Amino acid sequence: MKAKVYVTLKKGVLDPQGKAVMGALKTMSFDEVRDVRIGKFMEIEIDGASIEKEEARLREMCERLLANTVIENYRIEIE
Amino acid sequence: MKFGIVVFPGSNCDHDCYHAIKHVFKKDAGYIWHKDTSLKGYDCVILPGGFSYGDYLRTGAIASSSPVMNEVVGFAKKGGLVLGICNGFQILTEAGLLPGALMRNRGLKFICKHVPVRVDNNSTPFTAKYGKNEVVDIPIAHADGNYFADAETTKRLEGSGRIAFRYSTAAGAVTDEANPNGALLNIAGIVSEGGNVLGMMPHPERASEPELGSVGGRGVFESIISALS
Repeated sequence: MKAKVYVTLKKGVLDPQGKAVMGALKTMSFDEVRDVRIGKFMEIEIDGASIEKEEARLREMCERLLANTVIENYRIEIE
Repeated sequence: MKFGIVVFPGSNCDHDCYHAIKHVFKKDAGYIWHKDTSLKGYDCVILPGGFSYGDYLRTGAIASSSPVMNEVVGFAKKGGLVLGICNGFQILTEAGLLPGALMRNRGLKFICKHVPVRVDNNSTPFTAKYGKNEVVDIPIAHADGNYFADAETTKRLEGSGRIAFRYSTAAGAVTDEANPNGALLNIAGIVSEGGNVLGMMPHPERASEPELGSVGGRGVFESIISALS
């Protein structure tokens, strides 16, 4: 089974990297850019037969390591 | 009394801490490998600065699940003194021993310089040798020192005197200009609810000898030694 995990900064948490990238895009004349937020994308291959069970396991992985829930949200997709 | 300095793959201030404790303050010190599962014989545990696990994923995230961290959490829960410096502070937040998180500096740059730091609470085992609101010169060296916590947490920290150190002007004014990294409330160091765990971004071990340009960090070690004596 293959899972995709998206980790993004929570709303209201300052993202200086996103701000710098937005500044660069504007310098390149992409004036329509209003905001840039940078996050992480992980592909995880797992052994498991039950999607429900693995989703619960992935959620635990996110809570305990993959995301820092003080500042980040996560989203899981299983293929 | 014996100090234990935890060594993670990528720690690089472990020897600096050892040197300060052993040669400057003349106390017993030993290294603790991150795979060790006992802290027996140690009275104070230090998580030193560095780049544990190459800062992969998030600073301190992978180190926080090292085998020794179970012991460090147990040691702290029993009231043992735990000091996390720089990467050590990041590890303590990731391990849940201190609230909040340390994010990328607002200017995105790695900052390595001496900064004035104000002692906001001098009634902890780590700061008792300082004066209240004393301003000391301690260097910082980090890319991720921008302290963040939700509004409720910061209010609680501030209300209960858990902010030990703040970035300030040399005169002790806590201003945005004196904030090197964007940390909320200029937070440079906080203690746990019980006061026995301190996380700080400035490096006291680099400011304990006049030869290194400042002795502003001595108070941290002198306070711990006094608390353990």
